[in-house]
Amino acid sequence: MKLRRQSFLLGAVLFGALLGGYGCKDKAESPSGGGSGDKPGTKTETTTESKGNSVTGDTIKIGEYGSMTGDNSTFGISTDRGIKLAIEEANAAGGIQGKKIELVSEDDASKAEQAKTVVQKLVSSDKVVAVIGEVASSRSMMAAPICQGAKVPMVSPSSTNPEVTRKGDYIFRVCFTDDFQAVVAAQFAFDQGFKNVAIFTDVKSDYSKAFGELFGKKFKSLGGKIASEPTYQSGDVDFKAQLATIKGSNPDAVLIPGYYTEVGTIARQAREVGVSIPLIGGDGWESDQLVPGAGTALEGCFFTNHYFVHDGTVEPHVQKFLDAFSKAYPGKKPGALDALGYDAARVIIEGLRKAKTLDSVALRDAIADTKDYQGISGKITLDKERNARKEALVLKIAGKEFKPFKTYKPEQVGL
Amino acid sequence: MRWILGRIGLFAVTCAVLLAVNRVVTDNIRVDIVSLLVLCGLYATLAVSLNLINGITGQFSIGHAGFYAVGAYVGGAWTMLMRPALEKSLPILHTGTQIGDHLNLLIALVLGTVCAGLTGLLVGLPSLRLRGDYLAIVTLGFGEVIRIVILNTDAVGGPRGFTPITELVNNHGIPLFWVYGLLVVVVLFSRNLLKSAQGLKFLAVREDEIAADAMGVNTTKVKVTAFVIGSAFAGAAGVLYAHCQTGITPDSFDMNTSIIITTMVVLGGTGSISGSLLAGMVLTALPELLRNDFIKEYRMVIFSTLLVVFMLTRPQGIFGHREIALPRFLRRLGKKGESTP
Amino acid sequence: MQEFVQNLIYGVETGAIYALIALGYTMVYGVLRLINFAHGDVYMIGAFVGFFACTQWLPFKDLSQHPEAATLNVLLAIVTLFLAMLICALLGIVIERFAYRPLRNGFRNADAHFWGFVAALPLTAFVGAMTTTKRQGAFLAVGVIVGFALRPAMAYLSKKIKPSSSRLNALITAIGVSLVLENGGINVFGADPKFIPDILPKRQISLLGIEFDSSRVVILIVAAVLMATLRYIVLYTRPGKAMRAISHDIDAAKLMGINTDRVIAFTFALGASLAGAGGFMVAAFTNIKVVPLFGLQPGLKAFVAAVLGGAGNIPGAALGGLIMGVVESLVASKYPQWRDAVAFILLIVILLVRPAGLLGKNTAEKV
Repeated sequence: MKLRRQSFLLGAVLFGALLGGYGCKDKAESPSGGGSGDKPGTKTETTTESKGNSVTGDTIKIGEYGSMTGDNSTFGISTDRGIKLAIEEANAAGGIQGKKIELVSEDDASKAEQAKTVVQKLVSSDKVVAVIGEVASSRSMMAAPICQGAKVPMVSPSSTNPEVTRKGDYIFRVCFTDDFQAVVAAQFAFDQGFKNVAIFTDVKSDYSKAFGELFGKKFKSLGGKIASEPTYQSGDVDFKAQLATIKGSNPDAVLIPGYYTEVGTIARQAREVGVSIPLIGGDGWESDQLVPGAGTALEGCFFTNHYFVHDGTVEPHVQKFLDAFSKAYPGKKPGALDALGYDAARVIIEGLRKAKTLDSVALRDAIADTKDYQGISGKITLDKERNARKEALVLKIAGKEFKPFKTYKPEQVGL
Repeated sequence: MRWILGRIGLFAVTCAVLLAVNRVVTDNIRVDIVSLLVLCGLYATLAVSLNLINGITGQFSIGHAGFYAVGAYVGGAWTMLMRPALEKSLPILHTGTQIGDHLNLLIALVLGTVCAGLTGLLVGLPSLRLRGDYLAIVTLGFGEVIRIVILNTDAVGGPRGFTPITELVNNHGIPLFWVYGLLVVVVLFSRNLLKSAQGLKFLAVREDEIAADAMGVNTTKVKVTAFVIGSAFAGAAGVLYAHCQTGITPDSFDMNTSIIITTMVVLGGTGSISGSLLAGMVLTALPELLRNDFIKEYRMVIFSTLLVVFMLTRPQGIFGHREIALPRFLRRLGKKGESTP
Repeated sequence: MQEFVQNLIYGVETGAIYALIALGYTMVYGVLRLINFAHGDVYMIGAFVGFFACTQWLPFKDLSQHPEAATLNVLLAIVTLFLAMLICALLGIVIERFAYRPLRNGFRNADAHFWGFVAALPLTAFVGAMTTTKRQGAFLAVGVIVGFALRPAMAYLSKKIKPSSSRLNALITAIGVSLVLENGGINVFGADPKFIPDILPKRQISLLGIEFDSSRVVILIVAAVLMATLRYIVLYTRPGKAMRAISHDIDAAKLMGINTDRVIAFTFALGASLAGAGGFMVAAFTNIKVVPLFGLQPGLKAFVAAVLGGAGNIPGAALGGLIMGVVESLVASKYPQWRDAVAFILLIVILLVRPAGLLGKNTAEKV
């Protein structure tokens, strides 16, 4: 009996050895297609190249993933409003080649892991021909390789981290990048006369980190000084220790390139700690929850953004969008994310109109050709890096409202 | 000598079956189902490995995700950081070929397993001084500390994660073969341990530590061994997880993951290998299967209510200390068939 | 030096909240030897009660528009504090009655009914959400009926169940309850962050270059008063005496004629009300976001604080909470990213030196 027991153990070891051996054994056999696997150019036959998804049946499926719930839920909900509006309009206008567009929405609960899971479902189970999403760069970057691998174009409405579209040639965006936004913020801060700025970044977000770095680089090249660079993590609730550090470094202003979920609390605690200088932020501040979270602590602060609804005269296509929006969502005012969601969906729809065949590979080429498209958030031309080149706004917070303060064109900041 | 030949034959067959299944499955089934199957296998491995510590040795560890994280990050670091440097002098490590991919994964597995085992040793040592709830909270604390250390290590991406380790996986149908291969190894190992004289020492520690000590069992050694083995297997699972995902973030290894693994062990029946195996599979698949339109939003609350009710109505878990073994099950079926004419 | 003192004060503020939550953990651990993982979520419920009271239930006025309403708001805030404590105390009793008592005494018919009802709720909520709000009451009734329908099955099962004394089992049940509260919170309240508006007048107090905020001082004072009350209850009242007796030896206490179930329920109510008060105060006075996972991190920290001071030891929990708060704040001022790790490292080091916590008694295991 004892022998038998040991035989099991030995067996387990042997099995392990066999597992290891499999690699070698397989090597000798598998490249049966010709030659050794080490030779360049010979792909093994198990490599399955994706051919992309194509349209079957009467509907064209477009996938959307976003943070409908969770920490950044207002991001997902706003974007979703814009996307739905664009698709309804397209369907009302007769769809594409007589086919209706169907939007498959998935919620990633503001979690990067979930984003990956739901996008995998969208591309492989729902067989969508294009994917729209995400707002947060970290989540876009998690899902981008999946879309790239499946050859399904992904259009991000508002992920600004430069790395997002570098994940592959199937990844696009309809907004500017932090290469531009952070530079604008730096230029603006300098123009306002701030010479010594503290940067308070969220180390958990790709967006925040890149924004902070790019800002610092530009600001220093302009002749400014970085007073201190403390960090926080989204989800924290106590920032006083870091804010005390900032206070000690005596800056003229603080850059907080974070998301609205933390900015309000940071602003309040900053005032408690005795930091009464202006705070500057980026498009992550855009939310109707920003002011409720901050109370009066953000009065007179600034942030850069993509788009703002002007009260005065606007171009006719924007007016059309505003009318449609107020009809579809009574009592709501479109923010930048609504507009960008709308634009992202429109770019895909235009792509579908122009695509030679209704499949994701042809659609990619059509989207890549987008030129001078009149978007709500500005004229969209996708460059070789698959990014849009647009102007940026600086908004000022006054009471419960955001007021447009200044506009920067790419040329103005030397780009 | 016959048994050796028999065993070799058996394992060759197992390997062949796994390979064949892997080929067929990865070529014909949707990616999301394959990735769910992979997760099921990984969590089953984690549950069975934690069962070695909590179930068989009677310790109280609720920080298993820490070891899982160590494995994942060490494996990821090998593939993404060390391999590219070594590749120049050792062309065999070049990825994109069958041998390169498998060899890399094997090296990553060995490294991840060893490092996780060493971490297990580090965490196992306090278990000599602490018992019960206090041990539980220390293991939980260690798990969190490991996560925060990773969070603050910029070389592996810090809080934004380590992305992507895809090049190995998407090319060949590797995941299922390795994941289920590992699962088979873990299950066989646990089972053989339970049946061996060594295993009796583990059980003795679980039943009564003081009595075991009096009977001459080196309880210190047994407890530390359990920690090292359990965490080494968790590390191996971590390596595979890192290579089967598009990326890993420290958030994948937070307290919730630890708690879910512990839940699997308890739900399956503390001490029951087959119970852990089954609970690991079911608890991973269930929330995903509930992801249909009907109860999508409520799936997590349903899941947690079921958990409480299950704990209250069947405190000993699905199988208690018992096991289900396929041969015995078949035999019983056969007997039933005979008795009913 | 000034910065050091400033951080010390921030640490005491945070520590006071940790201590409030830790007291609940430690009392339950004292009487039941159970880690009540759901305690952090009770704290979350306290914050939500505060949120709804401040925005919907009670006529609070926005101070930025009605500065004269300050007195009214202060009175209402006191009412809300008691409301949060009351609701959380009830929640604590319910949790004890239907989740932890079945573990001790076996699964009874009433438990079967309760869990049947809870299990049916998501379904009714789903159907209810699709129809008008008026009909949701009807669907709630359906939940009750489904609960009744499930009752025989549960009752049948319950005959076969033996009460369990396994620690792991109790732990998983506690975790399960915590998950029910968190996920239920996501369904009921939504996962998007909510903020309590400014309801209390705030003033910045500057003393020798050290900044105070009046709201933080209020938190400190209320926490101190609550802790003093708790100490009085535990030391000088009959239920407090019974609690201590149970903590000493539950079987002997039963033999002495103490209604242990009732005293345990009382313990839960007491602990939960402290957590509820803490949740409301933090949410209302510091205006941090209120989400269903509001209690996760503070709950864990407070639990660590309780173990640090010696689980089951009430002064230990208060001491542990303060130490945790201060150490965290001091570390965060220099190395903010290590704030969470330091709590656990401190715990591990202290437990290795004193395995029963700072003030806990180390009992030798007998054969």
